[in-house]
Amino acid sequence: MGALVNQLPIGLSIAAVLLLIALGLTFTFGQMGVINMAHGEFIMAGAYTAYLLQGLTSQSFLIALPVAFAVAGLMGLLLEWSLIRRFYGRPLDTLLLTWGVSLVLQQLARDVFGAPNVQVTAPGWLVGGVDLLGVRLPYNRMFIVVLAVVCVVGVWLYLTRLPAGRRMRAVVQDRELAAYSGIATGRVDRFTFLLGSGLAGVAGVALTLVGPVGPGLGTFYIVDAFLVVVAGGLGQLRGAVLAAVALGFLNSYLEFWTDASLAKVLVFVAIIAFLQVRPQGMFVLKGRALV
Amino acid sequence: MTLGRISLVVCVVLLALAPLTLSPFRLGLLAKYLCFAIVAVGIALAWGQGGMLTLGQGVFFGLGGYAMAMYLKLKEAGSAGLPDFMVWSGVEELPALWKPFGNPVFALAAVVLIPGVVAFLLGLLVFRQRVRGAYFAILSQALAAAFVILLIGQQGLTGGTNGMTNFSQFFGLDLTDPNGQRAVYAITALVLGATFLVAKLLVRSRFGRLLVAVRDGEDRVRFLGYDPAVVKTITFTISAVMAGLAGALFVPVVGIISPALLGIVPSLELLVGVAVGGRFVLAGAIAGAIAVNYAKTLFSEDFAEGWLYLQGGLFVLVLVFAPKGLAGVVESARDRLASRRQTGPAPVEVTA
Repeated sequence: MGALVNQLPIGLSIAAVLLLIALGLTFTFGQMGVINMAHGEFIMAGAYTAYLLQGLTSQSFLIALPVAFAVAGLMGLLLEWSLIRRFYGRPLDTLLLTWGVSLVLQQLARDVFGAPNVQVTAPGWLVGGVDLLGVRLPYNRMFIVVLAVVCVVGVWLYLTRLPAGRRMRAVVQDRELAAYSGIATGRVDRFTFLLGSGLAGVAGVALTLVGPVGPGLGTFYIVDAFLVVVAGGLGQLRGAVLAAVALGFLNSYLEFWTDASLAKVLVFVAIIAFLQVRPQGMFVLKGRALV
Repeated sequence: MTLGRISLVVCVVLLALAPLTLSPFRLGLLAKYLCFAIVAVGIALAWGQGGMLTLGQGVFFGLGGYAMAMYLKLKEAGSAGLPDFMVWSGVEELPALWKPFGNPVFALAAVVLIPGVVAFLLGLLVFRQRVRGAYFAILSQALAAAFVILLIGQQGLTGGTNGMTNFSQFFGLDLTDPNGQRAVYAITALVLGATFLVAKLLVRSRFGRLLVAVRDGEDRVRFLGYDPAVVKTITFTISAVMAGLAGALFVPVVGIISPALLGIVPSLELLVGVAVGGRFVLAGAIAGAIAVNYAKTLFSEDFAEGWLYLQGGLFVLVLVFAPKGLAGVVESARDRLASRRQTGPAPVEVTA
C-alpha cells in the first residue's frame, strides 16, 4: 500500500510532462493534420535553454521558463513558415519531413553542446520534499504538476475567453467555414504552432528537474506524447488531459509492478484494446465528415 | 524492349557479376543493402500502393532476424549447450521459448510466420476499427519503441543491448569463408528477386488495383461492397513477412542482430530509401534503398556526423521537390520527352 501511494507523485509528474508535450501535438495535429516529429527537439531546445541560463542570476530557473517558451515557440514558427505550410493536406509527408528536420536538429545539438548529457542544477527551493499523510511529495515533481496545471488553465482560458482562441477553435472544427467567415487561417495556424512548440519548450525546462539533458531527450518522450494524442482524440483539451493522466499513471504503475521493459508493451496493448472500444480516442469532435 | 525491361536486365547482370568482381568485404556490404532492399519492396507495397505509412518495419525485420539468430546460436552451441550470451548472463537452463528453435524447419517457418502473425493481428485490430493514416503510423512507431525496450530488458532471453553475434555457420555454409559468403549473397539476391516478382504480380493483379483504390478512396471502396480492412491487413502482413525474411538473411550476411538495428530511427531509415527512390514504383524503392545505404556507408567511413545532416537534409529536399522520389522525376522526364516527340495532347496523368 505504501509503495502504491508513494508511486503517486511520480505518476502525476510523468502525466504532467506528457500533457505539456501532448498539448502542442494535439492542436497541430487536430487543426492542421500535421504530425510534427520535430516536436521532441523543441523539448530539447527548452531544456538546453535552461542549461545555458543557469547560474546567470539567482532566479535563472524561473526566467528559463518564459525564455524557453519563446525559443521553442520561435523555432516552431520558423518550421511552420519555412516548410510545413507547403505540406498541408499531406499528413504522412509532413511526418517524414519533420523527422528529417529533427535529425538535423539533434545532430546540431550534438555539435554545439556535445554528445554527453549535461546537468541543470535545480534551484534550492525545489530540493527536498514534504510528507503529507504519509506520502513523500518531492518539491521538484510537485512543481512540474503545478506548472502543467497553470499551462492547461492558461490554454483553456485562451481557447474559451480570448478572440484569438475562439478563432483557433473555429479552425479546428471546420477550416473552410472558418476561412469563409473571414478568419485568416494561415495566421491562426502559425500562432497554434508557436503556442504548441512553446509549451514543448516549457516541458523541456521541467524535465531538467528530473533528469539530465542530452541531444536525444526529445525522442524519449515523443512516442508517449503521440500515444496521448491518439488516445485522447484530436484537438481536444479535455481528451489530452485525461489521456495524459491515464497514460502517466499506467506507465509508472506498470513499471513498478512488472519491469520497465514489459510495461511499454503492456501500455501498447492497452492502447490497441482501448481503440477497439473508442477508435477515435476519448473525445470526438462532432462533425459531418465521414469516418 | 522497353526501357524498364532493359534496366531490369542490366541490374540482374550487375548483381550476378558482383561476386566475381567485388572483394568479400564489399560483397558483404552489397548483400546488406539487398536485405534492406527486400524490406523496401514491402514498404513500397504497404506505403506506396496501400497508403499505410508503417514506421515499425524494424519490428518485423527484428522478429525474422531473432528467429534466425536463435536457430544459428543453438546450432553452434551443440545439443546440450547454451548460447554464449546466456552463459554470460548466468542463465543455467535453456528457456522454453528457445527450445523449438533448435529445429531448422521450425526456425524457418518462424521467420515467416511470427512477423506475419504479429502484423496480421495488429492490422486486423487497427484497420477494422478504421484507425488509419497518421494514427496507424503513430501506432506502428509505438510498437517499434516497445519492441526494442522489451528486447533490451529481457537480457537472458535476447542478449539485451548487445543482441546476438558471432555466427560461423549458416545451414552448412561456412560464413568465415569467402565462398560461403558468396553463397549467402546469392541466396539474398535470389530472395530479393523473388520478393520483387511477388510484389510485381500482386500490384498487377485485381487485388493490387483494389489496394490502390483503398488508398485513394477507402470509403468509396467500402460502398462498393469490399472490405478495405481485409485488403489492408493482407498487404500489411505481406510487407511484414518480407521484412522478416530480410531480417533473417541479415543475420548471416552481417553477422549481428541487436536492438540498435530495429528501433524507431532504424525503422524510419528504412523509409528514407523508399522515399528517395520513389515509393510508387517498386524498382525505384529497391534502387533507392541500395543507393541510400551505399551513401551511408560511404559517408560513415569518412565523416560520420555529416551523414545525419545529409540524411535529414536529403529527406527534406526529396519531400519538398520530388515527392514521388527519383522514379517520379524519371517518369515525368520520360513523359515530357514522349509528348515532345509526338504532336498531340500530352498524355493525361493518372493520379498516382
